[in-house]
Amino acid sequence: MSLTRRRTVEGYLLIAPWLIGFLAFTVGPLLASFGYSFTEYDVIRPPTWVGLGNYAAMVTTDPVFWTSLANTAFYTLLAVPLGMVAGLAVAMLLNQRMPGLAVLRSIYYLPAVMPVVANAILWLWLLDPNTGIVNTLLRLVGGPQPGWLADPSWAKPALVLMSLWGFGQAMIIYLAGLQNIPAQLYEAAELDGAGGWARFRHVTLPMLSPVILFNLIVGTINSFQVFTAAFIMTGGGPVNATRFYVLYLFNQAFGYFHMGYAAAMAWLLFLIVVAVALVQFQVIGSRVHYEGSPR
Amino acid sequence: MSSAARALPMPAARLRARWPQFLRRAVGFVLVVAGAVVMLIPFAWLVSTSLKPDDQLFAYPPVWIPRYLNWANYTGAWSYAPFGTYLLNTLEITAFTLVGTLASSSLVAYGFARRQFPGRDLLFGLLLSTLMLPAIVTLIPLFLIFKTLGWINTFLPLIVPSYFASPFYVFLLRQFFLSLPPELEDAAMIDGASTLQVITRIVLPLAKPALASVTIFSVTFHWNDFLGPLIYLNDDEKRTLALGLYAFLGEHTAQWGYLMAGSTLMVLPMAGLFFVAQKYFIQGIVTSGFGGR
Repeated sequence: MSLTRRRTVEGYLLIAPWLIGFLAFTVGPLLASFGYSFTEYDVIRPPTWVGLGNYAAMVTTDPVFWTSLANTAFYTLLAVPLGMVAGLAVAMLLNQRMPGLAVLRSIYYLPAVMPVVANAILWLWLLDPNTGIVNTLLRLVGGPQPGWLADPSWAKPALVLMSLWGFGQAMIIYLAGLQNIPAQLYEAAELDGAGGWARFRHVTLPMLSPVILFNLIVGTINSFQVFTAAFIMTGGGPVNATRFYVLYLFNQAFGYFHMGYAAAMAWLLFLIVVAVALVQFQVIGSRVHYEGSPR
Repeated sequence: MSSAARALPMPAARLRARWPQFLRRAVGFVLVVAGAVVMLIPFAWLVSTSLKPDDQLFAYPPVWIPRYLNWANYTGAWSYAPFGTYLLNTLEITAFTLVGTLASSSLVAYGFARRQFPGRDLLFGLLLSTLMLPAIVTLIPLFLIFKTLGWINTFLPLIVPSYFASPFYVFLLRQFFLSLPPELEDAAMIDGASTLQVITRIVLPLAKPALASVTIFSVTFHWNDFLGPLIYLNDDEKRTLALGLYAFLGEHTAQWGYLMAGSTLMVLPMAGLFFVAQKYFIQGIVTSGFGGR
């Protein structure tokens, strides 16, 4: 066998673990999920074919489905932009020389390594309407006393507030992007008389656009999947105010064992995610640039 | 404008610019420190609550430093739930998944980085696209497969998939492998080393920083993972820390001293790992653009 031939075979052998796993744990289940979405299946009796019944029921006779979709959209539209703006603002501040820089960066990033369950329990305590520290501090300065997770109109904002605490993840990615912008660009802009805002608008934003697009897409996809916080902290309440899409899907699958219905919801989520990511790619109109191309 | 004319007003302008610039930086510094204090409040309240005597839990105005250190919350939490068992289960899953992840993802990443074969770029594109696939989409069939195999209430559904390489880690390692000079590998090949020897003796020792990043992300992920254990594990003695702490919340609602002690116990190892290895956390995120979750 020639060297090139041997190396080709070796290439396939080396990636075989992923290829097998990809077929067994991704492609297979993805197709199976598509198949189940046309059936009624409770795990005990064999699945029965219902055609488009699940999809039709979802759209026409299940108000909670629409509630869960609206809740998720509300949460995403609030949490993603706020997290992106906070992340970029703090990254720009932390991109300057200042005393204790390394410690400050660590402090901002630390909440991102919090275990989700511990985080959820901690925020239940912080946001307790009567005894939580958030309302206690608000009371000290004479602020309002929202019912947070107990109040249908405050429950989603409460979870957004909690998610904002973890903006360090996006911040680190912005920081890396900022450090890749050549200093000469700023010097040239300054020579041309560009002020702070003009430098931000005409140097920082365009140079950072691939990173911004990246954070937007990843942030949106993650926020479509919001589950654990609501599952642990509210169980979807009060009155379905935090019944997010994936939580409702989980309830259908593992609470009521409506596997077919849940599979249909999963496929719809898949299509929504693909569509939203494509729209974001199109609208921002720039491409994600992967460094280091294969040799 | 001649270069001399252009150069002349610069020092004066710089001088004028210096004060506002200093002020801007000072304001920025104050803002950043104030923000950092706000970021630390939840942590401070977590630890403070976990060490407070019961009568100070709901004090108004809030008490930040307990009258004395009430370790009873920790001993109490530990005796009400088998946290020792939860810890061992979590460590077992974390260790076995780590071995599988490192071995399989290194091989796959090396294949994508250093071998030419038809369809390679297409396959790598597919691999990248799976990073965007919501895990919930494949969850139901996976659950049914593992149920058919009789793996429910065992650690197998949580461990076995990690032996088939994770796209995120493959991507991270491949980026790193591409940055290494190929000459060393070529020389070893000429000396008759096998591909496996080249990978284990030359490439992996050079890739220690990237392997450290993968290790940290994998350990953090499995330490924190909730959905997997929630679906696949039923018995109390099979629970991981995340699942055990969740069950503990159900049994001790509003017993904040215990709950904060249990949460602190789960957070501390992760915070410690972060401070010891934060270089690799940040490098990993920067190399790949993704975080651990």
